[in-house]
Amino acid sequence: MDGLDDIVGEFLVESHENLDQLDRDLVALEQEPNSRERMSSIFRTIHTIKGTSGFLAFNRLEEVTHVGENMLSKMRDGVLELTPFRTDVLLRMVDCVRSLLAAIEADGTEGSVDVSEVVAAISAALEDRAPAASSVATLAPAAPVAPAAPAVEELHDEDNDDEHDEDHDDHEDDAAHAPGPVAAAPAAPPAVPTEPAAQPAAAAAAPKLEPEPGTGPQKGRGIADSTIRVDVDLLDALMQLVGELVLTRNQIVQYASQETGTDLVRASQRLNLIASELQEGVMRTRMQPIDHIWSKLPRVVRDLGQQVGKSVRLEMEGKETELDKTLLEAVKDPLTHLVRNSVDHGIEKAEVRLAAGKPSDGVLSLRARHESGQVVVEISDDGAGMDPARIGAKAVERGLITAEQMARMSTQDILQLTFLPGFSTAAAVTNVSGRGVGMDVVKTNIEAIGGTIEVESVVGKGTSTRLRIPLTLAIMPALTIECAGERYAIPQVSLQELVALDAEKAAAAVEEVGGAPVYRLRGELLPLVQLADVFGLTSDRHDGHLVIAVLRSEGRRFGLVVDRVINTEEIVVKAVGGQLKAVGLYSGATILGDGAVALILDVQALSRRAMRPEAAERQEARAAAAAASLNASVAERQRMLLAAIGGGRQVAIPLDTVTRLEQVKSATVERIGSREVVQYRGAILPIVRLDRHLGAYGESEREVLEVVVYADHGRSVAIVVEEILDIVDGEAAVHSDIDDMGLLGAAVFGDKVTELLDVRAAILAADPMFFTAIHDASLGVPSGLLEV
Amino acid sequence: MSTATTTTTPTLAGGNAQLATFWLDNDLYGVEVEHVQEVLRSQGITQVPLSPPAVAGLINLRGQVVTAIELRELLGRPPRAEGTDPVVIVVRLHGEAVSLLVDAIADVVDVNARDFESPPDTLDGKARELILGAYKLDGQLLLALDVNRAVGV
Repeated sequence: MDGLDDIVGEFLVESHENLDQLDRDLVALEQEPNSRERMSSIFRTIHTIKGTSGFLAFNRLEEVTHVGENMLSKMRDGVLELTPFRTDVLLRMVDCVRSLLAAIEADGTEGSVDVSEVVAAISAALEDRAPAASSVATLAPAAPVAPAAPAVEELHDEDNDDEHDEDHDDHEDDAAHAPGPVAAAPAAPPAVPTEPAAQPAAAAAAPKLEPEPGTGPQKGRGIADSTIRVDVDLLDALMQLVGELVLTRNQIVQYASQETGTDLVRASQRLNLIASELQEGVMRTRMQPIDHIWSKLPRVVRDLGQQVGKSVRLEMEGKETELDKTLLEAVKDPLTHLVRNSVDHGIEKAEVRLAAGKPSDGVLSLRARHESGQVVVEISDDGAGMDPARIGAKAVERGLITAEQMARMSTQDILQLTFLPGFSTAAAVTNVSGRGVGMDVVKTNIEAIGGTIEVESVVGKGTSTRLRIPLTLAIMPALTIECAGERYAIPQVSLQELVALDAEKAAAAVEEVGGAPVYRLRGELLPLVQLADVFGLTSDRHDGHLVIAVLRSEGRRFGLVVDRVINTEEIVVKAVGGQLKAVGLYSGATILGDGAVALILDVQALSRRAMRPEAAERQEARAAAAAASLNASVAERQRMLLAAIGGGRQVAIPLDTVTRLEQVKSATVERIGSREVVQYRGAILPIVRLDRHLGAYGESEREVLEVVVYADHGRSVAIVVEEILDIVDGEAAVHSDIDDMGLLGAAVFGDKVTELLDVRAAILAADPMFFTAIHDASLGVPSGLLEV
Repeated sequence: MSTATTTTTPTLAGGNAQLATFWLDNDLYGVEVEHVQEVLRSQGITQVPLSPPAVAGLINLRGQVVTAIELRELLGRPPRAEGTDPVVIVVRLHGEAVSLLVDAIADVVDVNARDFESPPDTLDGKARELILGAYKLDGQLLLALDVNRAVGV
């Protein structure tokens, strides 16, 4: 395959398959000469090969198939009848095409295969009664067969005798093996004079047809033999089994780690490796290059461009980036929508562009790449960009945010407003901002497959939308929880945060609004839903502790009260039987590490069932406002994570720089050079120990490390603290300017002096490259970090 | 006989059939042997809140999640005595595996349509829809279960 580009490779595979079908069709057609269906199938095959070969500049191939197509089209239209001789010629054409394909496969060129003889034969058969002796004469050794055969045909035509035709049918069985000689053979009895001519022709034809079987074995697997078509269901089944194998492996590896017998440990390590490779291999079988959906876009762009009178050049980068077939399907529509949006609204008309000093042709570029276990797809245009001021104004007008909030929002946050449902339903907005219709749908679709979407735009320079899509849907991260004695899985996508309250706090923190329980989450009322109540079961948590999973779905946020949180883990999603679909609360099931089945909660259905519909809209508006104010109010009030770092000192870390809180076993900490790292969710996570970083010396060796994870743009660092104490509202009133290394100052939280961590410095201590990897500095650490 | 022909299962309509039989509340039932994939000892069952009452839950069949149906509930019989584990019969219908919880498994029995009789008119309620009829064996009636309906829940 080397030396061939993909298009040629695909062409060869396809053509080989088609030719096999063609052989069968041609022979079958003789049995039922009037089958239009077969005729059309044959015609299509040759037509396809002709078209592609013309496109790929295989001239001889095109020449052969072109005359073949001519003949076939006449046959299809009923102008020519299919006679055994014509079948014969067609089969020879198929063989000739095969030889050409073999030559192309061997070295990418048509090699030395001579097509003139077959072309002449077909032309002769086509013209029926016109042997065209003069032209044939110039065709050297192959010539005799051409005039000979039509001569035979004439005889047959005159006889017009069915029995003769049947004769031919008998011979045709042989023809499949050696079309050359047999072509002439039937001619023998009725037309004696032609026989001597036919013989040499057969001899001449034979070597030409030989090379094809001959070339195969010499160069190992031919292109048609190196790929097979596999039923997607079979791949799905394999994927499921591999998922199981991985879970079983996890169990075995766990048991083995408790054993001292080294043989078992060794065997389990081998199993571990093999299972991982197998999983990867099976996952790859489901992968397809993104080009499968991109390939339709040039046409979309061109057509739409013409329609709206714009000239747009489409650039694609990373076509070969692969992702799961199911996801590919799911991304298709959102992607097309975004592309259409860019052409329709993003890129300006030529005269506007010229006036703005840009080239008249707009450029729309698509980029795809793999990045930390995800596929990133970017759709960028060099159009007018989106004006945050106008988007903000429109959002205020629509009542999505207040003017005050808008004033405090960053440009980035304002742009994200275009994804709000309330925003995009306003048709007028599209005229003003150039974007909007359906953006919420795009966002919903992308999030439904566990992806994210963000938009960046510079006025006058263009807009760029970035999609992050997981590699596969079959396995997803989930939170496992327990309720009334059973375990359930909640997809991580819907989970925003977890709140645990002890009995004392819970009693005070849960209030009621007209009987509906709510919890004040950072000043916002969060409706609470008892999972046990939804299920009509009795919770088995009686100690008054409260565990709330804050979930978000379709713009609504609610707190799901569960008995306890068990773990976060990767789960393999399995379908449930039809008997349970009617319940509607489960999106599937999974098998946990101990072999038990756990249901996966359908968070959307849960929120729909638990919440009144009109509540959603109201909450959406408020959520947008809250999101806005949360980001905007950094300077005045900030949520702070308080953590002890040892030696009686405590630090405050702005909560918006905290992505997750985790516990990490000390034993899993590894070293790269002088740095400490830990493996986390399939990536290497650099860690910084805050006690050492800040020169506090607490208990140095603990078994479990409390870790604050900060992630941005696909990079993460872990900050190790001694203990997580609390989350408080930071009133930045009491400040002192202790200018110590790694600190921004100090403040009083509660009644304790607390140091304000310079998060940027701490992150740099763990990963000096953290911020340099981010091209646009403004997107890195929120500037608020530095001005607490 | 009319019941048997109007409902499913061609095998029952004429000639011989093989039924896999099992006990449920002291009655002997049978399902066509070709539907039965396997029989398992009691399994860990995960409850499914809000599911129809006859759904006992989900079991893990070598990595496949399979719905378990409590036949006692379905046929309107009293629950199994505390401490007795059900036996799981996995049937495969239209490519989907479903499991039935029964009291105990019995033999595979050859039955003949000659011995078949439709259910008595006095049979009522849930059971009537699910029992195709009875085969009169020596000293025992074998009730033919309409397995398609049983798993339809």
